[in-house]
Order: sequence, then C-alpha cells, then structure tokens
Amino acid sequence: MTAARRRSGLGTPALVVPPAVIGLVFLALPTVALLIRTPWSRLGAIYRDQHVWTALRLSIESSLWATAVSLVLGVPLAWVLARVRVPGIGLARAIVTIPLVLPPVIGGVALFNAFGRNGVLGHPIHSVLGRDLPFSFTGIILAQVFVAMPFLVITVEGALRIADRGIEEAAATLGASRSRIFLRVTVPLVLPAIVAGSVLCWARALGEFGATLLFGGNVPGTTQTLPTLVLSVFQHDPADAPALALPLMAVAVVVLVGLRDRWLRPVAAS
Amino acid sequence: MRVRIAAAAAAALLAACASSGGGSGAGGGLSGSITVDAASSLTEAFDSLKQKFEADHAGTTITISYGASSDFATQISQGAPADVFAAASTSSMHVVGSEAVNPTNFVTNTLEIAVPPGNPAGIHSINDLAKSGVKVAVCDPEVPCGSVAQHVFKNAGITVRPAASLADVKTTLAAVESGEVDAGVVYVTDVRAAGDKVDGVTIATDVDSTTSYPIAVLKHAKNPAFAHAWVDFVRSATGQQVLTADGFGKP
Repeated sequence: MTAARRRSGLGTPALVVPPAVIGLVFLALPTVALLIRTPWSRLGAIYRDQHVWTALRLSIESSLWATAVSLVLGVPLAWVLARVRVPGIGLARAIVTIPLVLPPVIGGVALFNAFGRNGVLGHPIHSVLGRDLPFSFTGIILAQVFVAMPFLVITVEGALRIADRGIEEAAATLGASRSRIFLRVTVPLVLPAIVAGSVLCWARALGEFGATLLFGGNVPGTTQTLPTLVLSVFQHDPADAPALALPLMAVAVVVLVGLRDRWLRPVAAS
Repeated sequence: MRVRIAAAAAAALLAACASSGGGSGAGGGLSGSITVDAASSLTEAFDSLKQKFEADHAGTTITISYGASSDFATQISQGAPADVFAAASTSSMHVVGSEAVNPTNFVTNTLEIAVPPGNPAGIHSINDLAKSGVKVAVCDPEVPCGSVAQHVFKNAGITVRPAASLADVKTTLAAVESGEVDAGVVYVTDVRAAGDKVDGVTIATDVDSTTSYPIAVLKHAKNPAFAHAWVDFVRSATGQQVLTADGFGKP
C-alpha cells in the first residue's frame, strides 16, 4: 500500500519532513526545557513560600471572578451580535475584538485612562464614592475581563449563528416570552459553546500579565498574581521561575485536552 | 585593556592624519555604535550626554536602553548584547559578575518622595507614607529604587503598605504624575526632571536613602574602544557637570 502510494506520488514528500520536524521541535522545546529545568526537589519549598501561595490563590480567585463577570455580560452581548440586525452592529463586533489585537500593556494604559483616578469614568467614581479602581483586587478583575471576555463573546456568538432556530420558534408559538426563550431554550442550546468560551476566557484571565502588571499594582499579597510573580522571581532567582510556570502550564494542558474535540479536530479535518 | 586603548588611540591619530579635512580630528577615530543599558533614573542626564558625545564624535551612534537595573542585570547575565552597563546599585552590578570590567561608582542618588502638585494628601515626611488611606507607589523590591525604599522604611521604623509596586522608577514617577497615587518613592533626580508635574518632599538624611551608581564596560562589548570612551566621558569633568546639574551626587 505504502509502496503503491509512493509510486503514485501520494506519499509524504521528502521536502516537507525536515522543516516540519524543525517547526515541531521549535514549538515543543521551550515547554520541554521548562520541565527539564524545573527544580523538582525544591518544588515543595518554593510553593510553601507565602508569596507564591498568595499569588496562586489571587490568580485563581480573580480569574474566576473575571469569568463570572464575562459570562453575565458576554453571553447577552454575544446574542445581540448574532441576532440583532441594526446598522452599526458590525462596529460593535469590531469593538469586541479590540482587546484581542491590542497589546496588553497598551490595554493597561487604556484602563488607566478609562478607570484611573483621573480617568473618564474613574474620576466620577473617585469623586462620588471615594473609591479607586487601579491597584486593587477589583482592578485586577477589570483588567482580566477586558482581555478575556472577547474570547467568550466570539465563541458563543459563533454558536448562536449556527444554532437551530426552529426550537426557539416552536417555543414562541407555544407562547413563551422572549426572556424565557433566551434563558430556557437559547442558552441551553449553545451551552457547549458557553462552556468552551468560559474555559478559554478563564485561561486567558489566569494568564493575564501586561494589563495586570500596570493596572493591578503587583504588590505581593494583595495584587500580585502568579504571572506577575514569575517576572519578579525571574529577576532575582531565575532558576526558580520554571517551578512557578507549572500551574499555568497545567491549565494550558487541561484546556487543550478539554477542548480538543471542539477546537483541534475540526481544524485537523478541514 | 590599556594596550587596546593605546592601540585605538594610535589608530585614531592615524585616521585623523589620513583624513583630508584635517580639522575633523575631534572625531577621535571612534565610529560605529554602542548599546548602553542604563538605570531609568539616568534618562535625562544620559540623553544629554549622548547628544554631546555624538556631536563631538561625528559618525558615532549611542543606543541607550533605560529600565530597571535588575532587569538589565538578568538580561546581561543571560547574554544580552550590550557594551556598557550603568546600574542604580552596586548589587545589580554584582549580579553581572565578571561580565563587567572594573565597575566604578560614578554618581550617587538619594530618594525623595514625589507627590502630585499641591500635595493633596498632605505628605510632609516619610512617616506620613505609613498612614492608612495614603496611596503610595514604590518600585519593585528587586529594582534598586525599591530596595533602597525598603531599607529606608526599615531605618525609619515604619511599615508602608504600598498601593502599587512598579517596574522601574520612571513608572513609579508616572503613577504620581497621573495622580493615580498620593505619593511615590523616587529619586531626587526624578523629582527635578519632572519639573512642575510633581512636588518633592525631602526624606530626612538619618534614614540613609543614598545609593551608588556603578558603570562598567562589558566583557563581550562589540565595540570596546568606543565603550571605554563613553565611560570615560561620563566620568569626565563635563560628564560629572551634567550629572550634578541633574541632581546626582558625587561618588
């Protein structure tokens, strides 16, 4: 069979093999190197450090909050983008993708201008409530929602576009209100996409670095998350940094395994 | 090294004689470019020194990166290409180890509290930074300005819970300039460079808020003759004049 293929020119051309191998090794090596260089014997000691433990807890808490906020705002936003037909909806869709293409540090600067003490919205908040958003736990969540929510919105919007509207129409004929149809029919219909989008959104929030570093404040114990801690550790104990990358890498693996059916197979099949 | 400089000087002399103009001997034979990694507090002083140097030596280009000394120290020890390193603390220079050739302290700097114009939070001494409700920005503890600040807080016997711990001294200054915090612990030179965008509150001298700045040519410098000429220029009377005018102290 293989011999036949080779003869007919349908086998693997020798030309593609070396670049493909180099490409794969290039993508795999940094991750493998992290695992090789992780100081496994000192792992316990590193994780018993108060700062590491607090940063890990802060990262998990803030990213879960950010995912919750993204769900509450993002699913309705996805519905509007997918179903509402008014002029300017294309612009709304472009706005949703801004954080995806904006460098995260610029995102941090933008957040200051919007929500900082002298920001467009931050200033009135400061005057009325006497509260500041930057350099706080709320600030971290804000930065994470800004960069992560688009992943959820885009995933759910895509699912809503291809969802079968017949069931919604049936519910409408049976007298269900629009809100009831949204909550009891539409949302369950696209639930797999909501779950997938939430996982992507959570992973992005957990890994958020640039905007968090600037807008969050990076104070150990209060606003230092795991990704920003990795930077600080790399500056004084470069050898310990790979150990701190492990939880973030573990999340990446979980996301890849969890979403392999949704994301990897279609790509492979097409 | 000295031999190399002598050789460079001889080459320079020959080049000057060979050049048809004759009057362009001030070029000193230096050419090409060097990369300087410098503590961000040196921004204004080094920018004006760079202009002077490049004007005096036609055909030379100095590329200066400003940032946290601790970042540069890590990058240089990881093999980042640079010709000269000017750090805001001897401990950052120490990280570079033998990669730095004869580091020499060339200036000192002292911490100062920067507050937004008009000092809205009423900060009058270092002790006010420990008050609850006062939002303070400091540099990351790894960065020289941050480690000196921790040292100062310790000497003053106060516990400061900063609202923000930022990447370098200019970022800390920016947090004050933008009014996002009530006070920031920066250097005397930064308060001076910021002009009327911030006010300064002096830190009492009994808490030892001074740090020494070492400078060194790096062992793997691509253009060592040029690198040495730059270091010599920074340490020369002209260089020191520019630095002290910006508020730096004598080493």
